Amino acid sequence: MSQYLILIYDDEQAWAEAKPSDTGKMMEGHQAFQAKHQSAIVGGNALEPTATATTVRPNSDTVTDGPFAETKEALGGYYLIEAADLDAAIAIAKDVPVFTGGLEVRPIMVFN
Amino acid sequence: MRVTRDLDAAEECVQDAYAAALTTWGERGVPANTGAWLTTVARRRALDLLRREALWRRNAPLLVEDEAVASPSDPAEIPDDRLRLICTCCHPALSTDAQVALTLRLLCGLGTNEVARAFLVSESTMAARLTRAKKKIASAGIAYRVPSAAELPDRVDAVLSVLHLLFTAGHTAPSGADLVRRDLVERALQLARMLRTLVPENADVAGLLALILLTDARRASRTDASGGLVLLAEQDRSQWDRAEIAEGVGLVREALRRRPPGRFALQAAIAAVHAEAPNWHATDWSEVVALYDVLLQVWPSPVVALNRAVAVGFARGPEAGLAALAPLAAEPQLAAYAYLASARAQFLQQLGRDEEARLAFTEAIVLTENDVEREFLTRKLEALQP
Repeated sequence: MSQYLILIYDDEQAWAEAKPSDTGKMMEGHQAFQAKHQSAIVGGNALEPTATATTVRPNSDTVTDGPFAETKEALGGYYLIEAADLDAAIAIAKDVPVFTGGLEVRPIMVFN
Repeated sequence: MRVTRDLDAAEECVQDAYAAALTTWGERGVPANTGAWLTTVARRRALDLLRREALWRRNAPLLVEDEAVASPSDPAEIPDDRLRLICTCCHPALSTDAQVALTLRLLCGLGTNEVARAFLVSESTMAARLTRAKKKIASAGIAYRVPSAAELPDRVDAVLSVLHLLFTAGHTAPSGADLVRRDLVERALQLARMLRTLVPENADVAGLLALILLTDARRASRTDASGGLVLLAEQDRSQWDRAEIAEGVGLVREALRRRPPGRFALQAAIAAVHAEAPNWHATDWSEVVALYDVLLQVWPSPVVALNRAVAVGFARGPEAGLAALAPLAAEPQLAAYAYLASARAQFLQQLGRDEEARLAFTEAIVLTENDVEREFLTRKLEALQP
């Protein structure tokens, strides 16, 4: 088994303007996802919007307001999962509810 | 392939098997089941390598699941091995370029220098691209296995896209001095035949194999003695490869039995109409238009719409053809497409609207990147000069 990080990217603007019925559906979607893939999920969290982010660059000793990269679809949450291979990880990722955006599946690096 | 546990080693074994094939077949003739023969040779070679170098100990990535080494003589195992390999090479998580490159390298046994030539890039660029692709397979955990029955149709589609790309790139080279890249066409045909033996029940595979055969059957008549382009209308049909046509037509019939028919089956059916017409004028253009109508439904694309419009011109006259082309001028995907301008030019010429035809030919000449096509269009333009 390998571990994969599923990064959830979505349009914050669209999400902020979403109807309560849509956000409710999204929450239910995540609960259903977590129930279905209970055995595969190692961890996961939703993140506060990028407006709350702070970027730190230790080499130049700077601390600035905002996310590391400004993108229309921003990182809004993640799941850490366990899967046999990439196909299995993709199959799980396809069950993650997204609003308008998409997901990035990244293998966790293994150090020997 | 599972035997080696290492894609690089697998690559060498496939190479060696092809080299052995050329020597042995030269001496004793081609065996009945060439695919099985190659896999068996590659597997034996892999076992040799394993014993000698214990390669898998060095880096055993998760390319392969743990299982006992199957007997090389088990015939049921052999098609699976190649299906496993081609589905890995054509995994949608790899870039299209990487998919084609890996397929040429591992399925066709081409050397890195030959793959580089196929892509018109330097050998070092190709070596880096192949290394990146293999690294992704290993570190992202792209499985080295036959897709499940549920996944198979999607994965075969991905393989077919790669083969189709390979074939079209060979049939009309997108750039460069030659119209046809024979090597690429041969590879596409070889792989399509292989895929056909691996998933014989798949109608799309039958359709693509038919399309390749029926298109390739015209190869001898597509260029003249000096390498110039000869249009379908002017081709010497006695030079067409009748054996390929017969095989292709049989496959088209089989592929069209599935409802709705697939995109490749329909394209092959159109090629079959041409293949069976004794000459250009006797072509059943209404049938061609009808097939394009269905194709537009299952595979809506501006290029298909363009081909349909051209067929309309032949079925109902140049005026009708121009009318069918008109709405496509606004299509952004066709804005830089030489065929739209050249089709318009030829209809305009037939209508005696020479001034407009000259403009359209000039536009097509600017847009095409194939030298043979450019020369052909230039000749047409020169013939039109007042």
